Amino acid sequence: MADMINVALPKGRLGDRVYDMFEAAGFECPSIREKNRKLIFENPEKGVRYFWVKPSDVAIYVERGAADIGVVGKDILMEAGSDIYELLDLNTGCCRMAVAAPKGYVNDPDSDLRVATKFTNVAREYYASMGRDIDIIHLNGSIELAPILGLSDVIVDLVETGTTLRENNLEVIEEIAQISARLISNKSSFKFKNKQIEEIAGKMAEQIK
Amino acid sequence: MEIKLTELSNKEKAMFALRALYASHGFSMFRMSKFEAFDLYADNRDFMDYASIITFTDTDGMLMALKPDVTLSIVKNNRNIGDDIRKIYYNENVYRVSPRTRYFKEIMQVGVECLGKVDDDCICEVLLLAAESLSILSKDAVLDISNLDILSQLIASCRVPREAEEKIAEEIGKKNIHGLAQVCRDYDIGPARCELLKMLITTYGKPEEVIPKLETAFAKAEGAEEYMASLGRLKKIVKAFRGSGFEDMLNLDFSVVSDLKYYNGIFFKGFVKGAPDGVLSGGQYDKLMKNMNRNSKAIGFAVYMDNLGRLSRFEGEEVVIRG
Repeated sequence: MADMINVALPKGRLGDRVYDMFEAAGFECPSIREKNRKLIFENPEKGVRYFWVKPSDVAIYVERGAADIGVVGKDILMEAGSDIYELLDLNTGCCRMAVAAPKGYVNDPDSDLRVATKFTNVAREYYASMGRDIDIIHLNGSIELAPILGLSDVIVDLVETGTTLRENNLEVIEEIAQISARLISNKSSFKFKNKQIEEIAGKMAEQIK
Repeated sequence: MEIKLTELSNKEKAMFALRALYASHGFSMFRMSKFEAFDLYADNRDFMDYASIITFTDTDGMLMALKPDVTLSIVKNNRNIGDDIRKIYYNENVYRVSPRTRYFKEIMQVGVECLGKVDDDCICEVLLLAAESLSILSKDAVLDISNLDILSQLIASCRVPREAEEKIAEEIGKKNIHGLAQVCRDYDIGPARCELLKMLITTYGKPEEVIPKLETAFAKAEGAEEYMASLGRLKKIVKAFRGSGFEDMLNLDFSVVSDLKYYNGIFFKGFVKGAPDGVLSGGQYDKLMKNMNRNSKAIGFAVYMDNLGRLSRFEGEEVVIRG
């Protein structure tokens, strides 16, 4: 019998949407729909085992081989620099990684740019590529508050509809990258469970518009 | 004093078994100091990242480094090889930043290097030795082989800036077709070349399936003769593996990439079931030899003992020390 494929799914709306894609691909696991607090669900007949993890932890589970494949936002991959295969752009959970500032903000090239973000590696690399010195301020949430209270000049954050920015008198001034959910695979698992992983990726690719 | 093999850790058993294997194939043990003058890494700064090195000032004021790498030291200490082949194996600890934890780590490596007149026969011998090393570590192993000359030629034909070349290699290394297509769009790489680049991601598997597909795809490409020669070298390797007992271990995978400034030709990585990372990595590094003013060629590989993790292959088993 072939080995089970362990799939790390991100908890939340994105996880629900991508599970639907796995189900449509023929790798359903009905117990996952039951209302309970279980974290692991398996369907031995289909050879799959799903588990819900915090979205920002999916790449770690996959990189370290606890999961063979998983679904994770490109923003998390960019920040973590995970050593994995990025098999598919699932074209869901789409948004932008952008630099935003208070409306009317004027860049002062004579001083270090104060950047508030939870994506410190992405921000550092982005500004390093432009040769701009920055002062990084790592925050874990409510990033939009930072420039309003004078903690930072700009923020680097995810922008979906732009409503939060508009309501706080902020605007996107530069776009860093397009973000969407990606199907990723552990490099070693890809070798030893290649047939199953390629089959899943192939059937999910058929659903992408 | 008698040392019982059962008293050794799995890592130690594997280490001794590999050392015995290399000695039995005529490789000589190479021992080196833990320290190296920092200048060696400064002169090859693209090969070894500065930030990844632990440095200290010696009593005479000379800036020294705790060795982050073995290959550079071996090349440095092996001059005037001429038409000979120098076959070396080593078992050393190196000290560098772990990409995973971003902290310094002591990493144990066992490996081999062949320097000098490295021809196709020598390359095949090293690859077979890599396969045999993997078979010692696990009954379930895969050896992925690539020919970097194909990727180098294809990237060069795209005539894009260095940054784009690096991005292409990075996306191929991640098997990221979507990302690769984006790079092709960003740098105006035509659809024909973009399709060939994508093929290097999608054609993974047994050589007998992959090589014919690539021969068909590259037959009409600019510089087809060179591509066929590069594929021909892979065919020679496949032939050498026939009857070796390791042929099932062999896969072609062009996402096995490394720094194209230093490596060329055959490049490979080994995986064992149960270990999440590659446990063996190696390839030809003629470009590094040239950079260090050596007129000869080179190939080698290292087994990363720390990546073996919690594999239980050696538990309660007798290790057969050959040689």
